[in-house]
Amino acid sequence: MALTGVIRPGHVCIRVLELEPALRHYVETIGLTEVMRDKAADGSPRVFLKGWDESDHHSVVLREADESGMDYMGWKVDSEATLEKLSADVKASGLATEMRWIDAGEHPKTGKRFRFTIPTGHVMELYAYREATGCATGYRNPDPWPDDLKGMAPRSFDHCLLYGDDLDGTYKLFTEVLGFGLSEQVVADDGKLMIGAFLSCSNKAHDVAFIRQPVKNKLHHVSFLLDNWGEVLKAADIISKRRVSLDIGPTRHGITRGETVYFFDPSGNRNEVFSGGYTWYPDKPVITWTDDQLGAGIFYHDRKLNEKFLSVFT
Amino acid sequence: MRKHQVRILGGGESYACEAGQTLLAGMESGCRRDIPVGCRGGGCGVCRVRIVHGPYAAGRMSRAWVSAEDEARGIVLACRTRPLDDVVVEVVGRRPVLP
Repeated sequence: MALTGVIRPGHVCIRVLELEPALRHYVETIGLTEVMRDKAADGSPRVFLKGWDESDHHSVVLREADESGMDYMGWKVDSEATLEKLSADVKASGLATEMRWIDAGEHPKTGKRFRFTIPTGHVMELYAYREATGCATGYRNPDPWPDDLKGMAPRSFDHCLLYGDDLDGTYKLFTEVLGFGLSEQVVADDGKLMIGAFLSCSNKAHDVAFIRQPVKNKLHHVSFLLDNWGEVLKAADIISKRRVSLDIGPTRHGITRGETVYFFDPSGNRNEVFSGGYTWYPDKPVITWTDDQLGAGIFYHDRKLNEKFLSVFT
Repeated sequence: MRKHQVRILGGGESYACEAGQTLLAGMESGCRRDIPVGCRGGGCGVCRVRIVHGPYAAGRMSRAWVSAEDEARGIVLACRTRPLDDVVVEVVGRRPVLP
C-alpha cells in the first residue's frame, strides 16, 4: 500500500438547530442515505448518513444542538498500529490540547477514536476501524451508479474548510505530525504570512483546508463530491427548485480548480458540492496564491473578493 | 392577507412582509439591503437585529450569536423572525467574535 498513515477524511459531525429540517436537507436535497439514529452521551439526537459510493458504515453525523457549526472531523488511518503511533506523536508534539480516547462503539460500528483539539480550536479525531457495510452498487460487476438516487446525490463526503487563528500551529501539526502535504497556499504580506493552507493526505487537491481568521473552531463549509460540471449545474437547479438558501455559484475555483456551488443547510452551515480539481502527488510543487490575486483564486470567473463568502461561517 | 410594515431605525422607507414571511425574506423579496444577509438559517449571526417595537415570533437561532439574555432584550436574527404586526427594527450586527 503506497498511501499510508492518515488515509482519508472519515467523518464530520455537524451541529444542527432542528433535526427534521436538517434531515430533509441532507437526505432529500443533497441526497445522502440515512444509516441509523441514536442519542449522543448528553442525550442529544444524532443521525448517521453516508454517500452512495461510500463503503464504511457512515461518514456524516448530524447532532441536534443549540449552536450551529462543526463538532469534530474524523480521519481514518491505515491500521491500529498507525493509530497508536500517531496518537503518541500528537501527544508528544505539544501542538494539541484536550486529548482523549473515545471508546469503541460511541460511533456505531466504529473502533476507538483518538480525539484532540488543534491550534485553530477545531476538534479532530483519528480512528482505524469502521465496519465496511458496502456502497450502493456493490463490488462485483457493479453498475456505475445506483437507481433511486435523490437530490444532488454526491458520491461521498469529501472535505471541510475551517476558520481559525493559529494557522501556523495547525499547519505544523498536519504536515509534520500527521503527514499531510501542502497542495496550495494563500500568502499575504509579500509572502511572509500564510493565510490559507490546502492540505492533502491522499491524491486529492485537498482533504481539509484552513483559513487564518481571528476566531477559534469555526466551520466555513462541508463539501461533497459530484462527478462532473453537469452535476454541479443540476445541483444548482435543485437549490432553486427546493428554495434552498444559495450562497454562490455555480462557478469555478482558481484554488484547486474545482467546479462548485455553495449553499446553506437549514441551520446555516455552509455546504458545497463540487467536481474536478486535479490529482495531487507529494512531489507536486506547492501552488501559491498571493492575497492581491485572491479574488480569482477563490472564484476564478468573478475575480472579486466576496464579503459574504468570507465573513459568513458557523 | 394583511402585510406587516417593517421600519428600520435610522433607515428610509419601510418595507412590507407577507404574513408568515421572515424579516429578512421580506427585505430580500423587496430587493432591499437594509439588513446584511448571511446564511438565512439562524446559524451565522450576520442578520442580528433588535426588535424595538411590535410583536414577533422567533424560531431557533444559534446560541453562538443570540444568547438567552439577548433574546430577552429583543435581539434576534432577522432570518428566523416573523413580524406579527408592524414592527420597528434596529440593525445591531453580529456580536464580535473573539478567539
